[in-house]
Amino acid sequence: MSAVPLRARRSREPGPQRVREISGRVGWGIVAWVVGIAFFLPVLWMVITAFKPESAAETWPPRFTFSPTVSQFRLVFSGWGPYVTHSVIATVGSTILVLLLGVPAAYALSVHPVKHWRDGLFFFISTKMLPIVAVIGPLYVIALKTQLLDSIWLLIILYTAMNLPLAIWLIRSFMLEVPSELLEASELDGAGRIREIAEVILPLVLPGLASTALICVIFAWNELFLALNLTTTNAATMPMFLISSVPQEGLYIAHLSAAATVASVPVIIVGWIAQRSLVRGLALGAIK
Amino acid sequence: MTVLKGVAAPPPKVEVRPRGVSRQEAWQRRLPLLPALIYIVVVTQIPFLVTLYYSFQSYFWDIPGGAHFNGVSNYKTVFTSAGFRNALERSVIMTATAVIVAMILGVAFAVLLDRKFLGRSVVRTLIITPFLVMPAAAALVWAGPMLDPNFGLLNYLLQPFGVHHVAWLSTHPLGSVIVVMIWQWTPFMMLIVLAGLQSQPTDVLEAAKVDGAGALATFRELTFPFLRPYIELGILLGSIYLVNVFDQVRLMTNGGPGTVTTNLPFYLYEQVNNAFDVGDAAATGVVTVILTIIVATFALRLFAQVFQAQEERA
Repeated sequence: MSAVPLRARRSREPGPQRVREISGRVGWGIVAWVVGIAFFLPVLWMVITAFKPESAAETWPPRFTFSPTVSQFRLVFSGWGPYVTHSVIATVGSTILVLLLGVPAAYALSVHPVKHWRDGLFFFISTKMLPIVAVIGPLYVIALKTQLLDSIWLLIILYTAMNLPLAIWLIRSFMLEVPSELLEASELDGAGRIREIAEVILPLVLPGLASTALICVIFAWNELFLALNLTTTNAATMPMFLISSVPQEGLYIAHLSAAATVASVPVIIVGWIAQRSLVRGLALGAIK
Repeated sequence: MTVLKGVAAPPPKVEVRPRGVSRQEAWQRRLPLLPALIYIVVVTQIPFLVTLYYSFQSYFWDIPGGAHFNGVSNYKTVFTSAGFRNALERSVIMTATAVIVAMILGVAFAVLLDRKFLGRSVVRTLIITPFLVMPAAAALVWAGPMLDPNFGLLNYLLQPFGVHHVAWLSTHPLGSVIVVMIWQWTPFMMLIVLAGLQSQPTDVLEAAKVDGAGALATFRELTFPFLRPYIELGILLGSIYLVNVFDQVRLMTNGGPGTVTTNLPFYLYEQVNNAFDVGDAAATGVVTVILTIIVATFALRLFAQVFQAQEERA
């Protein structure tokens, strides 16, 4: 934002107007804070409830003072082992595969583009528009027949397909920013395609690859539909752990909140750190 | 899951880096693309072909003997069943409402955050958090700690306004699910619009100010037209994701009461998991995909325009 010249001019203006302007700015600031806190409130409430004893979580009126306990978290950590392992494997595995397939593809669509690069690009994105839910029944049959049902490999394969189109668009947008002089220079040096990628392009797009990976991680970590339909025990992931923390009867709100906090916080923190690249990633690199 | 070639884009005006291309060079260029292309074709198109096959078969999980051909009777069921029509209608209502409201809020918040004030980056961080929360977690936390009639926080906060122990999920099921969708997707819309706002050239705005244009007029005449491609992109991407919403429906209302919140994803899930009816589910899937292609054709055109506008400006 370049509001600097504006402000410089304003400060020379006479007193009353400046006062009005400052109070206006403070007023809008307060509105923004109220909105921000309102949007954050459910998350805050989730975290607060997670530290309550079960008896204090389901009261009227809701209690804001209580003696905090970590017993719910202890319970969560005693049961989450297999789920978190599956989630980490599926998330990390699919993200690595996405990068391995996505980097060469993005290269072929940007630096030395194939003839119909635009069609290729839109073919990839068109696969995102078709609902995966539409093929879930047959997908189950295919998984059953290929012995992949309830296996972590199935999730890795599907999450890769889910994130790859997005990743290609994104990585491509980063590669387009590599100055063509650098590429020409490396060509004059007699560097082949492989060396061009490894020595010129990769070092420059590394931050871009990192933000691409983060977005893939978020989507894979949060995915429930495929996991719920195609896995039961051997590959059940964190969202399914959440579902399992809701019992048929008895008090569970504090326990559920602790499980939801544990499941969400890693991605929330990653997202906070990567805010800026998140914007660009979510807009498929079309917006810088 | 299917090829949308041809509708994709108007003919390219400029190649990125134009150059004469020999045959060997052409293959050298194509080679790095092939693994990803083959992967996507295999993983996304094969299930679709299998779906097409099963849509003409009668096949139930729980009945031994496997599948057998039964012509177009699955399609007849799809078009005559109230279930599919209801689910389609629910999907349209939920997606459209959530996308539009999230976009309106997103624009408003982006304008708020475009101003300078104390703790701006903290507020932005607070607002984007809902988007990062695992959807399953969001659904369960809203259904329990937030919306419960007996101990939910929302009823407590609304008490001064005369609201007493409303059972939101049974009295306003559709509204409750949509509220959670909006809560999660407003930050996304805001981020995209904010990116647009911050790339707006400031000299034009200053000139407007010097000419004595009011804030509202400036927004309507200058800022909004500038933001249009960003808003279109946000609506398009938001729709792609929100039409597939499943977690909130499954975990907040389980499609009910009755079928009030049964959208297409949940309807298909039920057909496969409760009715064990692969044939009908496949036919429903094929119809869904065809409807999506019709919508996506328009969407992709729009997307190509936005994309081109971005490219020309770059």
